[in-house]
Amino acid sequence: MDRFEYIEARLFEGENYIKRDKNVKIYDGDDKTQFVDGEVVLTTHRILWGKPGDIPKGLVCLSLHLFYIFCIEEESGGMFGLGGPKRIILHLGPTIPGKRPGPAVVSPYHFVKFSFKDGIDTAFYKALNEAVSAKAWEKPQQVTASVDLSPSSLTPRPSVAPVNSKIRSGIVGIERSIEEQHRATDQSISVAFQDLKKLMEKAKEMVTISKTISSKIREKQGDISEDDTVRFKSYLMSLGIDDPVTRDAFRSDSEYYMGLAQQISDMMVAVLIECGGIMSLADVWCRVNRARGLELISPEDLLNACKLLQTIDAPMSLRKFPSGACVLQLNSNRDEEIAKSTSQLLEENGFLTPVKLSQIANVSVLLARERLYTTERLGLACRDESIEGLAFYPNLFLKKV
Amino acid sequence: MAEISWPWQYNFPPFFTIQPHSETRAKQLEAWQQLIAEYMKASKKSTIDIRESQNSPLFHNASINRKLSSEALLTILEDMAKTGRAAPIDKSKNIWEVYWHSLDEWGNMIYSWASNNGLNNSVCTLFELQEGDNTVGEEFHGLDMNILVKALKTLEVKGKCELMEFDDSQGVKFF
Repeated sequence: MDRFEYIEARLFEGENYIKRDKNVKIYDGDDKTQFVDGEVVLTTHRILWGKPGDIPKGLVCLSLHLFYIFCIEEESGGMFGLGGPKRIILHLGPTIPGKRPGPAVVSPYHFVKFSFKDGIDTAFYKALNEAVSAKAWEKPQQVTASVDLSPSSLTPRPSVAPVNSKIRSGIVGIERSIEEQHRATDQSISVAFQDLKKLMEKAKEMVTISKTISSKIREKQGDISEDDTVRFKSYLMSLGIDDPVTRDAFRSDSEYYMGLAQQISDMMVAVLIECGGIMSLADVWCRVNRARGLELISPEDLLNACKLLQTIDAPMSLRKFPSGACVLQLNSNRDEEIAKSTSQLLEENGFLTPVKLSQIANVSVLLARERLYTTERLGLACRDESIEGLAFYPNLFLKKV
Repeated sequence: MAEISWPWQYNFPPFFTIQPHSETRAKQLEAWQQLIAEYMKASKKSTIDIRESQNSPLFHNASINRKLSSEALLTILEDMAKTGRAAPIDKSKNIWEVYWHSLDEWGNMIYSWASNNGLNNSVCTLFELQEGDNTVGEEFHGLDMNILVKALKTLEVKGKCELMEFDDSQGVKFF
């Protein structure tokens, strides 16, 4: 808003009238201003705004030089663009020193909006774009220089482009430029997040749509061939939406956890078999979230879901070792088996530390330690604590004699 | 220093850590008790000072670099005390007497020796029992005086002997 200046509504030398429009409101950035229901006149150099009838009479009105404008965009009205765009957003360059007084001395925004009550006249919008890109003010003026060398008032054209004329000095200048940078980053961040939110909302919508469609397909099984169903599903998959179980989709938490537990059990069976039947919960969490891609779950949710694994008859269960370590374990993977295989390894190696076992059996040190403890609990190993650390030996106490 | 044949456990590092598994621990403690008794017997010692235990090769196997910690030793000795094979002498449980025979067994051993040598109804000094020529070759020869007295006291309770005090030494009369 601080780029506007008060001036009598007269054309400069070499300035030409282009177009006009009525019922126009001005916004300073996102804020409303007192300037409503006015008339707008577009010239080759400026945009003039005045109360209806003021401009033709040549009374004082608001004027914005076109050289401030470096970007023009339309703002859509509703979410689905109902009724067409109503506002034009003008992004403005920094204020040029020596400007005439205007309605505002400073403004926090670097853009203004013109709101058209009756929708944007496409011809006006086009003309504005053309006028800005034509840069009539940069063209040498046909009139002889002698007339208008008097500065400021009559020459709308500064000698340099607005972007290059950032003549700011002193601490205030530095502070302002820093502030400006902050604002720009802030804005871009908030815009980015808005997009993300919209994306998530849309994703949910898509899931519901896909669900309704697939249920319809199921109803009309005769009419639509199996192929179509499969193809439709593959489309959805390619969109990246594979019906993730999300929290909002369920009414109560326990239902959510049940669903999650089912998902975990389906997913982890193969992984667990591959890893020797046991996996620490931290690793499980990573695996699950990597598989989900979006809609990540928290460690707490995972823990709660894993606690429910037994209630849904999953082939695996959550196991808490006496040391406090939590693991996901296949039900077929019993302690006796672990102890047996570990004691075999003990026989082969003479003795084992958790680190050594973790290298041999290719499991984490934490799990290796738990395996050794389990073996010890079943009397198949005995421990040796010394300054060298904890090691386990075959249980000769019970074996010999 | 006494030379005994060390059991296989002595060179087995876990032997020097008290095992948490109950069954294993029972075996381990048993092995330790046998080893301690054997060692004490061979070295003719009857007391163990826990604070100095680690200087003894019994509790410190330098070849495998393992030591039995004081706490572990205390556990073993307390377990021995349950079966009457050891007893603490001081209240802080630092010094322990170890009996490779129980006091009862010692008493019976002395009594049968006395009976065999026709010493019933006669008096002999404790020094005679401990160091006398007659007892050479007996197991209680050179036995610690405190233990000897305790063993005789068990006999006294059964009415098989009576301890008596002389001016500067103690004697015993067998019945």
